[in-house]
Amino acid sequence: MRISQGAPGAKVLAFGGYQPAEIVTNDALSKRIDTSDDWIRTRVGIQERRIAGPNESEIDLAVQAGGKALAASGLSSADIDLVIVATCTLEAQIPNAAGRVAHRLGIQAPGAFDVNAACAGFCYALAAASDAIRAGSATNVLVVGSEKLSQWVDWDDRATAVIFADGAGAAVVGPSDTPGIGPVAWGSAGDKADVVAIQDRRSFLYQEGQSVFRWATTALHPVAALACERAGVDPAELAAFVPHQANLRIVESIARKLGADNAVVARDIVLAGNTSAASIPLALSRMIERGEVPSGGLALLLGFGAGLTYASQVIEIP
Amino acid sequence: MAMTEQEILAGLGKIVNEITGVPAAEVTPEKSFVDDLDIDSLSMVEIAVAAQDEFGVEIPDDQLKHLKTVKDVINFIQA
Repeated sequence: MRISQGAPGAKVLAFGGYQPAEIVTNDALSKRIDTSDDWIRTRVGIQERRIAGPNESEIDLAVQAGGKALAASGLSSADIDLVIVATCTLEAQIPNAAGRVAHRLGIQAPGAFDVNAACAGFCYALAAASDAIRAGSATNVLVVGSEKLSQWVDWDDRATAVIFADGAGAAVVGPSDTPGIGPVAWGSAGDKADVVAIQDRRSFLYQEGQSVFRWATTALHPVAALACERAGVDPAELAAFVPHQANLRIVESIARKLGADNAVVARDIVLAGNTSAASIPLALSRMIERGEVPSGGLALLLGFGAGLTYASQVIEIP
Repeated sequence: MAMTEQEILAGLGKIVNEITGVPAAEVTPEKSFVDDLDIDSLSMVEIAVAAQDEFGVEIPDDQLKHLKTVKDVINFIQA
């Protein structure tokens, strides 16, 4: 028996992001539930979020973001041989999202699987893509984070309705002679599985806000620091820090504790809300589009969420 | 060696000031965190975490919600 030979490294060739058209402002939410623009801005940091329409599925969102990333990468659909979709909000679990997304993008017969690591999903999927390229299991990989959280949120529950939103982000990952995706630092805390959960198929998403906040502001900066250490990168060398956009106060707390003093810190939650597995590629694609981060600079990604799960890696910005 | 109420109060005042910007001098035993000092539930979590580092006493979330005043927190740390 032989084993496959992979590329020396892997790198992100391009990102793409997509948000649905309908904007929901804080004022619109305060007409329905007991909240206010000021309350949401100070506790969570969100100004507005986007919600997909009834005929727009998480597959549609993924196709939009994936198509943009593919176009920006310079590759064609024929070059992609693996598609990974990170999502935790599928309307139905069978079939998976990856096969349908690949088909809609004209990608012929790729390997196709979904990853459920909730808000950490994109970083898990990116690590799997990088490893597949380095092991020789794939040549070019389309990685998508796509979520339609609106279909799992109780719009009368002010603890969650003000936070979650819909969106998608994608990356095309290809082979590289030099390292473009650093080693992943990942893990989980299954003892805290109950703090973010959908109890059964008739239930809405539930979150114990204070417990999640405590965990996120105390347990995660060491994970981010470990990802830097494994990549041999000093946090001060980072050009960008792109943590999952859960809550602006969590983002700022982790950034402060990490000491990424020269990094542009993603604050995409302000305009996107919390889009779970989509938030990191959505944020980074917008930062690249706006020219806020330098091509070739180093970005630290940090995903964390239900499970509880977490994953972090340093990447080179395409 | 148990800390005195004054020592804990001084430490708490410093923590509250660092996290919320409320002047340490305003952090007096009878004050309510929410009603008098305008501190929200997420800042209370940050204060609890900082207090754990400072005083070595863990304040879990299910206990934290019962601690309404500065004096409540001092009592909890001394207990």
